[in-house]
Amino acid sequence: MTTEAVLPADLETALPTTLFRFATAGSVDDGKSTLVGRLLHDSKAILADQLDAVARTSADRGFGGEKGGIDLALLTDGLRAEREQGITIDVAYRYFATDQRSFILADCPGHVQYTKNTVTGASTADAVVVLIDARKGVLEQTRRHLSVLQLLRVAHVIVAVNKIDLVDFSEPVFRGIEADVQQVGRELGLGSDGISDLLVIPVSALDGDNVVERSARTPWYTGPALLEVLETLPAADELESHLESFRFPVQLVVRPQGALAPDAVAAGLDAEAYRDYRAYAGQITEGSVKVGDQVSVLTPGQSPRTTTVVGIDFAGASMEEAAAPQSVAIRLADEFDVARGDTIAAAGTVREASADLYAALCWLSPKPLREGAKVLVKHGTRTVQAMVRSVAGKLDLATFKLEGASSLELNDIGHAQLRLAAPLPLENYLHHRRTGAFLVIDPLDGNTLAAGLVKDHPGDHEDERYSI
Amino acid sequence: MSTSLTEETQVTESAISTRLSSLDTLESEAIHIIREVVAEFEKPALLFSGGKDSVVMLHLATKAFWPGKVPFPVLHVDTGHNFPEVIDFRDRTVERLGLKLVVGSVQEFIDRGELAERADGTRNPLQTVPLLDAIQSNKFDAVFGGGRRDEDKARAKERILSLRDEFGQWDPRNQRPELWNLYNGRHTVGQHVRAFPISNWTELDIWRYIERENIELPGLYYAHEREVFARDGMWRAVGEVSQPREGEDVITKTVRYRTVGDMSCTGAVESNAYTVSDVVVEVAASTLTERGATRADDRISEAAMEDRKKDGYF
Ligand SMILES: Nc1nc2c(ncn2[C@@H]2O[C@H](COP(=O)(O)OP(=O)(O)O)[C@@H](O)[C@H]2O)c(=O)[nH]1
Ligand SMILES: [Mg+2]
Repeated sequence: MTTEAVLPADLETALPTTLFRFATAGSVDDGKSTLVGRLLHDSKAILADQLDAVARTSADRGFGGEKGGIDLALLTDGLRAEREQGITIDVAYRYFATDQRSFILADCPGHVQYTKNTVTGASTADAVVVLIDARKGVLEQTRRHLSVLQLLRVAHVIVAVNKIDLVDFSEPVFRGIEADVQQVGRELGLGSDGISDLLVIPVSALDGDNVVERSARTPWYTGPALLEVLETLPAADELESHLESFRFPVQLVVRPQGALAPDAVAAGLDAEAYRDYRAYAGQITEGSVKVGDQVSVLTPGQSPRTTTVVGIDFAGASMEEAAAPQSVAIRLADEFDVARGDTIAAAGTVREASADLYAALCWLSPKPLREGAKVLVKHGTRTVQAMVRSVAGKLDLATFKLEGASSLELNDIGHAQLRLAAPLPLENYLHHRRTGAFLVIDPLDGNTLAAGLVKDHPGDHEDERYSI
Repeated sequence: MSTSLTEETQVTESAISTRLSSLDTLESEAIHIIREVVAEFEKPALLFSGGKDSVVMLHLATKAFWPGKVPFPVLHVDTGHNFPEVIDFRDRTVERLGLKLVVGSVQEFIDRGELAERADGTRNPLQTVPLLDAIQSNKFDAVFGGGRRDEDKARAKERILSLRDEFGQWDPRNQRPELWNLYNGRHTVGQHVRAFPISNWTELDIWRYIERENIELPGLYYAHEREVFARDGMWRAVGEVSQPREGEDVITKTVRYRTVGDMSCTGAVESNAYTVSDVVVEVAASTLTERGATRADDRISEAAMEDRKKDGYF
């Protein structure tokens, strides 16, 4: 009943500085949950009472036979059904920190609905760890996982060749798998496209080899352990915010009109100066912005209006500049009519809004997609009605080829042509991870049907490498 | 938080030359979610108990709409067994921010015979009915909660926007995928959405943020002397509804609370953390989770939280 205050040696340097999001992917039984449990355990993110509960359950189930042991997978399998069936049903989020970083980890189950779970986990991930069983090597499933990650443009793909203990820490086995992975990577453009990188690491999730520390049992492997890699890779926003142009979907207009927050007034805010205050609140999705920048306001159905940024505010502080993924409120020089759903973008960097949408769709619903269906498209902060004009084909994820199809089923990825009820400032997902992404929603029950990735129309020039 | 628009604007560090800290990233994510919910729902409300997570939520809301008012009421489900100083704090905060407070009362439901006191005297599980009643009678279509995924294994699987049916139930096997930063809050009549903007925060993040933002909390989060007795491996405060039984000796100890819930099931820990920075150090070094250490209701079974959530709990 006491909280033991054992102080870390040097708390100042122990403060985590940045956030890094990653996800796991792999087939059932490749060891994802065990790996996640191992990372949490070895980075001391598991507290005594959690470990006790898991140790008790492991013993009750006779985990590890005579030898005993702790089933680390129980740390992430949070739902009753998962513990009882020994499988992971839904994406589980876990948190741990090292001296360098705070991590958010999405443990994505691999059995049924693997596309759904992988797409979900990968959509926000800076890196994805794909597991391969060293005894099995690269399977069709691995090719599928890697092509989904390429499609979603995940910045860092790390392949963990797991259960290396079960192949006696054999270098030839590892090198063979590594070569196969690099081959698939080349076919997909993963790791060689200047956007993503691809790393292969031999690990034993069960015993901890090369997970947190480099293992003496794989002397032939001279690369970093998994956690070292995760601690040093740049997060996607760090990589991209200086490369991309400023994009800012307006969430709402802050316009108190005299109804100021009483605490702000009590703290000395000059009510008179804020009488006509008007700012556009949102989160910067791409790039950065400075006071004095020329920007275009994009309103569907109108031509872009250009003005100047006169202020960037955040809760009483004014900033000279801000970058993705900051939430701020922006003031403009001209009193335009700007509303939720509009986008503020760096002037001269946007194409014309379009009502024709050509996209890759990751179909996430048991209700199949049919040509002619009416759906909703949520893009940025705007939701519009849309009609599915045609399904252009379905991807064979193992061969990376587009095959003829007229409908998409759960876990299919295909290309489709949609007609929107109002034009949207759509951008190619290849260059814009945020403004190139959208949701397809069922207007009847409101459920999310698909993850959409904007593509250039076929026929328009597009780099062949990204044609999947 | 005061600046004039024309002169002496406080310029913060260049965002481009320095990488965003994890707290800044989490803050921006939470504010984005709060603004999305306010923009897309008719009538949101924020669950406010005076506990640290709900205090942080309210603080984020004030930042999201600054210099305007927080544009929604706060909702408290009062078990009737709350710490008086927490209720005091709640009322002062609501007053300071000029908010409307809606209270759902467990006691009133018991008095009307619509809820029965449990054998163990714990009232936390009884909050579900008054909560759903308050949501329905006020026609709230979105309710912000301060739930965090690091608190519990079932919470770790819940979406940031979590759909609830007419009975307030959560269906863990039938959740919408949550993609990028695009939140889908569509719902049909009778359904509502629970929104958890600080899902990705840990207990330590919360404390570091309280320290950084200088956020006021009820005093019982910090070390103080209190009359306590030992029960179920925790220190329980002596109070009107929490009396020692035969053989439970009352002693005075220096304690603090890591969570503040119902007095009948929340325990204190021995602690010398008198200030927020002491608490940050203590939490960083703690070997027990906050719920494991201080909440009898979550110790009942491995699936205690999952079962309560399925029935419409927070
Ligand atoms: N020998 C060995 N077994 C492992 C290793 N990693 C996982 N396993 C075992 O493989 C089985 C499946 O692991 P689990 O983590 O549940 O896989 P998941 O379905 O991908 O989450 C369990 O019996 C684990 O104990 C490893 O590195 N070596
Ligand atoms: Mg698993």
